[in-house]
Amino acid sequence: MRKSKTSGANERLTKRLLRLRVNGEIKEVATETSKTLLEVLREDLNLTGTKHGCELGECGTCTVLINNEPILSCLMLGVESEDVDIVTVEGLMQNGRPHPLQKAFADLGATQCGYCIPGIILAAKALLDKTPHPTRQQISQGLSGNLCRCTGYTKILDAVELAAQSEAR
Amino acid sequence: MDRKFSVIGKPLRKVDALAKCVGETRYADDIELPRMLYAKQLRSSYPHARIRSIDTERARQVPGVYAVIIGVELPEKFGIMPSTQDEEALAIEKVRYAGDPVAAVAASTEALAEEALRLIEVDYEPLKPILSIEEALASTEESERIHSWNRRANVQKAVSFEFGDVARGFEEAEEIFEDTFFFQGNTHLPMEQYCALAQYGPQEKLTLWSSTQTPHYVHRALSKVLGLPMGRIRVIAAPVGGGFGGKSDPFSHEICVAKLAMITGRPVKITLTREESFYVHRGRHPVKMWMRTGVKKDGTLQAMHFRSFLDGGGYSSYGLASVYYTGALQTVTYKLPAYKFEGVRVFTNKPACGPKRGHGTPQPRFALEVQLDKIAEKLGIDPIELRLRQLVEPNSIMVNGLRVSTCGLKECIEKVAARADWKNKFRKLPYGRGVGFAASSYISGAGLPIYWNEMPHSGVQIRLDRGGGITVFCGSIDIGQGSDSILAFAVAEEFGVDLADIRVVTADTDLTPVDLGSYSSRVTVMTGNAAIQACRKLKEMLLPTASEMLEVSEDDLEMAEGQVRSRSYPKRAVSFAACVEKAEAKFGTLGATGSYRPPRHPANYKGSGVGPTPAYSYSASIVGLCCDPETADVKIEKVWIAHDCGRAFNPLLVEGQVEGSVYMALGEALMEEQVFRKSGLHKYPSILEYKSPTTLETPEIETILVETNDPEGPFGAKEAGQGPLLPVIPAVSNALYDAIGVRIDELPITPDKILRALEGRLKPVSVPSFDFPPPIKWQPGEGIEVRQKS
Repeated sequence: MRKSKTSGANERLTKRLLRLRVNGEIKEVATETSKTLLEVLREDLNLTGTKHGCELGECGTCTVLINNEPILSCLMLGVESEDVDIVTVEGLMQNGRPHPLQKAFADLGATQCGYCIPGIILAAKALLDKTPHPTRQQISQGLSGNLCRCTGYTKILDAVELAAQSEAR
Repeated sequence: MDRKFSVIGKPLRKVDALAKCVGETRYADDIELPRMLYAKQLRSSYPHARIRSIDTERARQVPGVYAVIIGVELPEKFGIMPSTQDEEALAIEKVRYAGDPVAAVAASTEALAEEALRLIEVDYEPLKPILSIEEALASTEESERIHSWNRRANVQKAVSFEFGDVARGFEEAEEIFEDTFFFQGNTHLPMEQYCALAQYGPQEKLTLWSSTQTPHYVHRALSKVLGLPMGRIRVIAAPVGGGFGGKSDPFSHEICVAKLAMITGRPVKITLTREESFYVHRGRHPVKMWMRTGVKKDGTLQAMHFRSFLDGGGYSSYGLASVYYTGALQTVTYKLPAYKFEGVRVFTNKPACGPKRGHGTPQPRFALEVQLDKIAEKLGIDPIELRLRQLVEPNSIMVNGLRVSTCGLKECIEKVAARADWKNKFRKLPYGRGVGFAASSYISGAGLPIYWNEMPHSGVQIRLDRGGGITVFCGSIDIGQGSDSILAFAVAEEFGVDLADIRVVTADTDLTPVDLGSYSSRVTVMTGNAAIQACRKLKEMLLPTASEMLEVSEDDLEMAEGQVRSRSYPKRAVSFAACVEKAEAKFGTLGATGSYRPPRHPANYKGSGVGPTPAYSYSASIVGLCCDPETADVKIEKVWIAHDCGRAFNPLLVEGQVEGSVYMALGEALMEEQVFRKSGLHKYPSILEYKSPTTLETPEIETILVETNDPEGPFGAKEAGQGPLLPVIPAVSNALYDAIGVRIDELPITPDKILRALEGRLKPVSVPSFDFPPPIKWQPGEGIEVRQKS
């Protein structure tokens, strides 16, 4: 017979209750203190739009916005993420309408496999919020921490330029 | 016929683009199932060792661990090529590379699964690791043998061919050039790591979700290894977060989660780490090459003798095809009257190599195009002029039996030369700046399937719904290239309907007809043709129906703007939806299938199956760069590239493929390398250490699309996803020579090699000696008669 796998009731709790502000909503979540923000978002909040590419802070894929700054969510713990504004790719849609960056990326063929795109769009948003009319070189600098293996970046840079021009932003 | 299109040729958004941009697309690792367990694999730390014993007892005792499996529980071998199935889901008697999986665990959390792995005790007897081509060819001892099934120790496959009169060709040549080259291996590095999830239900049916480019081959492998009939297995390919060839094999982790799900009765997911993904690999083969070419004084090719030595890693994978591919496509760009090819793929104790963008052809293309640059230099001919003198003719058969249909290479070369202002730059730029040229060709899908059969390579099923909705079912898997969109575009074009009325269901073996997979640049041509055929069958019901409804002859009907209408009196029209309803009343439920099989190819010698295709794409590229002779830092200033894509099905998608190919080529040319330490461990198994280009290293890319309207392609389309990678790598090497006057015949072209070359210390690549088998001889005209579409 297999031994019982359930933990005894007298064992200590391994989770902590966090109060996070994600995409403008307050989320209370019980999670292990060792979990990265990336894991909390994906596994505890089911916000799977944020992707992982290395979990070592090397590829930019897991980028989210913390107080409007692009941050690698694989290098931040969930427990460090209280009292800040967290924005993920899901939070960019407003009233069911895609953000101009999301629309520009789709319209210009800037997404191929799409896996790096949530991180890139958020990095681009942080850039445009600070520099509404960036030069091509500034866009390139702003996205240099995000790897994309499909597109050769050309259409990504085009899409950020287009979004910068769009008045709706 | 220059037909007017409503969808084809338009820069439309991909059907799945917005979902990907808003984070809605669910990739394999985004799927969660109730009661799901997590799996981890224990991997060998030795590159080559015999397994004496594996003790899993302590791991099984960990609370939260539900199953531990080892190789003997999955003894059936598998592998992508039917004749070289030498992989085991978990190594049984020996491990063949550091990273070879030996055990797998399913537990309630990943952390527990990892803890359990640490408690598994494997007793290894280390064997001498074979880590280079030379060591593999020199190994004779039984203990040095990596596999026992192959005839000659550590030689997986050796091939030899002779086409035309090679001896005479060299006799008649006025100059003979001999060079050696080395193309270092590199890996795909898709941003998404490997991931698979299996569920085994109470009806004894298995479902596997996986990030795979080839769900059909995974389906077959699961059936073979698990001993389950294919009808009880469902494979769903989740949207793939980057493939480039690296997700084209059936993999150990896919089989392990399936087995673990069957044992535990619970869903089991495995997501490999980035480091593990480097070890799973199946990437570009390291290839040493020797090329001897005889030419006339005017540069026309008389004969070529080419040898390739492929470092295959620990398993066969696609290697059988890879070795043939290193020899196959040298003939399809320039007229070559006589050609001898000898190739060998060896086993080494490193992760298995396989197909990466261009599969087996970028290495010989690098050799060929750099050698032609040297030939042009020596003969005092402009390298572009040298090529233009001897381009292959459209609708002709090559010396090795390959049949070329359309060929837009001349136009590609002329356009790229004009746009880059070649004449005013080549050998005219100041020291440190240069331009280089190269051209190439690639297949639009392999002419033969991977396992021999006479069935279609691609199938499409279309269902028409009351109200005018259209559902298109196809086994193809979108890996980012846009294959779902291609289906929707083809159907929208044929039926003249809005793209929003079309739903595409793909890559689910329970629901969709077989498509062989997203590899060999086959998908647009094959699924496109299959979709068109299915549409045309439905039109055989829709058009007579509309004809009756409108009292207009069928010949006068067209389908456009959501209507079926008279061409002569466009006001006589019925909506597509109304026509569908009437047709359903008349014929019953409306659906049709279409399928595609490539045309037969003329050559009939053993080995002639690798190289043929429905149509060859062509590319020409010029790279402009600067190199600081002090630091040897190379900066690519601009890449011009022209690509003959048959017809641009959707120019946005074609450009995207071209730009992505150029980018990937630059990484391979300048920085990417998959190399190993003496211990068999990867030198750079992380994204930080494995250098790949960022936005800052990627230059401006100017893409020129050349359209040739190939009769075999859907609406005339040929491939775009792999071919444009090929010319860029040799063009970089040729540009560097133009800039600083040194040749680097060894990839990647890193600053240390450039500095050694500048100091005269870069040695030529050494090529091993090998006793190749006697050649299979074949002459054009010996093959079978094949009729061609025109």
